[in-house]
Amino acid sequence: MKKAILWITTGVFFLGFFIPLTTAADFANEITVMTHDSFSISKAVVASFETLHNAKIRFLKAGDAGAALNQAILSKNNPLADLFFGVDNTFMSRALEADIFEAYASPLLSQIRDDLKLDPQNRLLPVDFGDVCLNYDKKWFAQKKLRPPASLEDLVKPAYRGLTVVENPATSSPGLAFLLATVGHFGENGYLDFWKEMRANDVMITSGWKEAYWGCFSAASKGRQPIVVSYASSPPAEVYYAKTPPDQAPTAAVTSDQTCFRQIEFVGIFKGTPKQDLARKLVDFMLDRKFQEDIPLQMFVFPANHSARLPEVFVKYACIADRPVQVPYAEIAAKREQWIEAWTDTVLR
Amino acid sequence: MKKINKHRYRILLVAMPLLFLAIFYFYPLIKIFSLSLMPEGVWSPGKLHKLVSSTFYARTLWFTFWQAALSTILTLTLALPGAYVFARYRFFGKNLLQSFATVPFVLPTVVVAAAFQALLGPNGLINIWLMQWFDLSYAPIHLNHTIWFILLAHVFYNYTVVLRIVGGFWSRMECTLAEAAQVLGASPWQTFYKITLPLLSPAIFAAALLVFIFCFSSFGVILILGGPRFATIEVEIYRQAVHLFNLPMAAALSIIQIIFTFALMGVYTALQRKTAVNLTPASSARSQRKVASCRDRIIVGGNTALMIFLLGMPLLALIFRSFSTDNGLSLVFYRALFENPTQSIFFVPPMQAVSYSVGFAGVTLVLAVLLGLPAASFLAAPQKRLGALLDPIFMLPLSTSAVTLGFGFIIALDRPPLNLRTSLMLVPLAHTLVAFPFVVRSILPALRSIPGSLREAATLLGASPLKVWQAVDMPIVGRALLVGAVFAFTVSLGEFGATAFVARPQTPTMPLAIYRFLGQPGAMNYGQAMAMSSMLMMVTAVGFLLLEKVRIGGMGEF
Repeated sequence: MKKAILWITTGVFFLGFFIPLTTAADFANEITVMTHDSFSISKAVVASFETLHNAKIRFLKAGDAGAALNQAILSKNNPLADLFFGVDNTFMSRALEADIFEAYASPLLSQIRDDLKLDPQNRLLPVDFGDVCLNYDKKWFAQKKLRPPASLEDLVKPAYRGLTVVENPATSSPGLAFLLATVGHFGENGYLDFWKEMRANDVMITSGWKEAYWGCFSAASKGRQPIVVSYASSPPAEVYYAKTPPDQAPTAAVTSDQTCFRQIEFVGIFKGTPKQDLARKLVDFMLDRKFQEDIPLQMFVFPANHSARLPEVFVKYACIADRPVQVPYAEIAAKREQWIEAWTDTVLR
Repeated sequence: MKKINKHRYRILLVAMPLLFLAIFYFYPLIKIFSLSLMPEGVWSPGKLHKLVSSTFYARTLWFTFWQAALSTILTLTLALPGAYVFARYRFFGKNLLQSFATVPFVLPTVVVAAAFQALLGPNGLINIWLMQWFDLSYAPIHLNHTIWFILLAHVFYNYTVVLRIVGGFWSRMECTLAEAAQVLGASPWQTFYKITLPLLSPAIFAAALLVFIFCFSSFGVILILGGPRFATIEVEIYRQAVHLFNLPMAAALSIIQIIFTFALMGVYTALQRKTAVNLTPASSARSQRKVASCRDRIIVGGNTALMIFLLGMPLLALIFRSFSTDNGLSLVFYRALFENPTQSIFFVPPMQAVSYSVGFAGVTLVLAVLLGLPAASFLAAPQKRLGALLDPIFMLPLSTSAVTLGFGFIIALDRPPLNLRTSLMLVPLAHTLVAFPFVVRSILPALRSIPGSLREAATLLGASPLKVWQAVDMPIVGRALLVGAVFAFTVSLGEFGATAFVARPQTPTMPLAIYRFLGQPGAMNYGQAMAMSSMLMMVTAVGFLLLEKVRIGGMGEF
């Protein structure tokens, strides 16, 4: 009997312990944004929206871009949030097929670069973009007196043997973007031949960007490879996050024609949100200059709004590819899996 | 009449852990499986034929199995001497050494990769030394993306599991039997093989099982250190679920993973029943001795050297990197942790990350002990079918794919009264699922070793069941409970389990902060990640030292 009382008490204690924590407060003017782990924005920008609309923004981070989107799709009957930020053009088709976003033709779209507007129905609105491309270690190439790579074709030359590290497209989003760059560059019939030569030329493959950049790239760590697949905005990040800002970036990006893949990130309003009005205001806000000008230093990508001014470190050290590789997103949707599968067979097995 | 009562009480014991598993494990899992495999209520296998038509999955299962088995054997081989030293000797710095041996357990894989890179990478310390000493023109050690790196990392992570579980059990073992054997003329080797090893085997099996399951469901180590050429089932589930969004395949693989572990656990449980031996507990005052002879010095010194080489060097390399800059040692990275140059709303003041981490870990510890203790008590009593079924079930959460369970949470815990999806509580609850099996496995060998005669004697003398528990079980189990509590705390600090995949509000813990730093280029980010990792190590070690000081319910030092 005593024992039973003990356990019941424990049980009650245990329940009492977590019930208060289980019910998330839900205010009428609170809006929830679901996003991936890399999202960032400054306090002042958030505060300016909150004061303007007398609202509160709550952010939910849900793992990497893929995991976050999948959770949004899984919970579509009972959404976790009102908006989703961070679907990119490689995952776009998955989001649109799942039909989780509602259309919103924001008036601010007139300020957005036309080449970024991929969804004619405006269920997904472009917020930022970044070019996935080759980065190289400037010091390494200067010391070895070797010409830095200028094109994708350079990578398979004997002089560049064992110099490149690439992320696995099956597990990494820059890896997938780079695979798409090669598909666009060499064509569907030629990209596998390129990768065969890459393999013969001792390309290093890692599972993700962190392992490639921090584990292998000679400019960032004590790694061996002076060429890495990263972003065109990585060099300004190297400058911005240096201990003492150097005059020159230690790395450089290769943005010559047809060598980069442009990753575009979108925002969308979840279908059936009870806070449609506020959600639309937030989308407008995200496309407006204040938010857009905050993007570069927060996430090291470029703003989608063409009137947004870039910070100095971007003006000085970053470049945008004039002609990135074009792969229509419908084609990405149809063939992504097949390309990854073929790549895996060619490079890894 | 008495018998029925006793039975009822035993059912009551197990009710809470079962209820917990039912709500937070089986319910989400069943929901995600049925959504994946039967989206419209009808069986739709999708592309599941690939499971049998391609040899890839069979090969993956085989690789998953053998790398886990090999990792377990290696860990046991390297850690058993340590367990002996910790059980039988008292020496200076023992507690500290034991605390630091557990630190690897909480470190994120990316950070461990960086540590090993600093030591064994192509430009790492050891390679540079070897090149200088032997006048080589190339780095002799190539570990990156080899099976050796996977095995090394598994030993690095799991050494402490064997050290604590086996060492803790061993220290309570009487020396009298072994002494008797030696008096009767047995050689030390015979004594160990015939007496000590059989007595120890329940603890060894328990530790081996935990290590095996941990390596079997290994994710980060395989993905990051092993590289893309290696895949365990867990890695493949993640790839299918997150990158390909092929939920039927992810679900099928998860089910295979669960069935496999369940079968393995069944074998283990059957084996284990036969090995339990009753022991009269000894106090460490009797079983442990000071380092006196030359032989003692060699044994203790040798083991300490091994631990420092295997566990200490990578940790030291990390700490070193957190201070080292181009122009000498400096605190610049630590100072930067307190600054927020971009004024990001997601900036985490280091103390806040520490308090979230420790807070979640504390709640996890309490929950895991509250659930693990009754569960283990239920399993410990001699029993028949129910225990044999429940024991494997209690272990399942440890080997279930985190991403599957995380997705299950999203669709299952979405309505009141269980609207937990974005609740703060989901984090410690998910951690508890992984921590709870550790508590059960740590306590069980100790509970089983309690001679029934002790409890009977107490009952005969008029003690109530509660009193018997307090007077007999508790003092003996206390030490093992502490081991379990340490692991529960550690599991949470290291962010194991489904939380990495679950949407959560702004409650960043230390591992999440480390990942955030490593997400962007720039030397300051890397340095800060190393500084935060060093802080995580310090917090962990201090946490353990404090935990060791806690005496639960007046239990003495055993």
